Amino acid sequence: MVNSLPKLLSAAFITLKLLSVSLIIGLFIGLFFAILRLNKNIFINKFAYGYSYVFRGTPLLVQIFIIYFGLGQIEYLRSTVLWVILKEPYWCAIIAFALNTGAYTSEILRSAFQTIKPGIVEAGKSLGISNRVIFYKIQIPIAIRQSLPAYGNEIILMMKGTSLASTVTIMDLTGVAKYIISTTFKPIEVFIVAGGIYLFMTFIIHNLIKYLEKKYSFN
Amino acid sequence: MELLAFGDTGWGDELFYATLMTIAVSITAMLIGFFFALIFTPLKLSQNKFLNFIANSYTTIIRGVPELLVIYLFFFGGTGAVMFIASIFGYNEYIEINAFITGAFAIGIISGAYSTEVFRGAIQSIDKGQFEAANVLGLNKFGKFFKIILPQTLRLAIPNLSNVWQITLKDTSLISVTGLVEIMRQSYVAAGSTRDPLFFYSFAAVLYLLLTFVSMKLINRLEVKYSRGY
Repeated sequence: MVNSLPKLLSAAFITLKLLSVSLIIGLFIGLFFAILRLNKNIFINKFAYGYSYVFRGTPLLVQIFIIYFGLGQIEYLRSTVLWVILKEPYWCAIIAFALNTGAYTSEILRSAFQTIKPGIVEAGKSLGISNRVIFYKIQIPIAIRQSLPAYGNEIILMMKGTSLASTVTIMDLTGVAKYIISTTFKPIEVFIVAGGIYLFMTFIIHNLIKYLEKKYSFN
Repeated sequence: MELLAFGDTGWGDELFYATLMTIAVSITAMLIGFFFALIFTPLKLSQNKFLNFIANSYTTIIRGVPELLVIYLFFFGGTGAVMFIASIFGYNEYIEINAFITGAFAIGIISGAYSTEVFRGAIQSIDKGQFEAANVLGLNKFGKFFKIILPQTLRLAIPNLSNVWQITLKDTSLISVTGLVEIMRQSYVAAGSTRDPLFFYSFAAVLYLLLTFVSMKLINRLEVKYSRGY
């Protein structure tokens, strides 16, 4: 149990790296699609809705497998620069995670944008502020504050999602845990240590979000 | 398209049965989850600190640990645990547990943690007057629960339970690591033998989308049924 701790801890860093990189990329994807969802044009709107529907309606495992095993099959892709990225399981996992969390994030941000009271935007307009500035300086900050609790849940869900990276040969926390279990046949001990590390990370994220919520609360 | 033909030449019938397997595992897991929720929701709502602690540990641990890790625990640990219990009764032969049972149980425990939270939230948001009114009417404990509280709880819980169902359905794809032949496993086998992973994994995605779409439609109907009178 003690012997496995250093290995699992160093694997936890890979989990954190996967999580943070995919969350950052996912946030931009999410914001982009949330803005598309608010667009009046029905095609753009439907396209953004379709994206989030497909990625929220299918398991993350399928998404990773399509990107890792499926895309390599297209001959054309193999000859382009993209192949440098797509042949690495690490980047395939990150692309899948980012697209997945992007879909959920876009829904969270969309509903946050929609709950902004029209009066706030009108107040900005009556002060003579341009639409662009209203969007970046008024709507986005309020939307981010509104979506903090839901986004916190999404971060925790995504952290659990990164465990699927182990299915495409990445040795993250779950990957290493599985390896140790299958070589030592001590599933319960390893589960306690690895699960404990995951719980600790959940705890930190949970409290961080709580702190941010308090810091940026309206009252 | 010939890849999806039924019979020996294509993978159509295999994938069809795999889809049925996914549905069967999901429903079993969801029911096991309800069973766990039935035990843990009262513990969560109880005044007793110790019972509270037990229920809170269950939901916190399960919701904070990746599903895949829980499945590995059951997959590698399940046989050992059952054989240990059997050895107490003097049975020392090797026991192999069915992948369906291990998988449904692992996913069921996860789904149960989410269901517990949903039921707790729903019961807590029922007006206190309803409990008091039930008392005043002189209903006994069962009558109070089944006739007054449960129908209202269901109305509040169904929208959130439909989320739990979606999570459970998608989580069953993870059981493929234990070798149970559901959609994901079957696609893996088909992709391996035809060398056409892009097609089969995309088709698996379509099957999952279809399942979520159809189940959403059915749950919406339930929702309408239980919100009659509101």
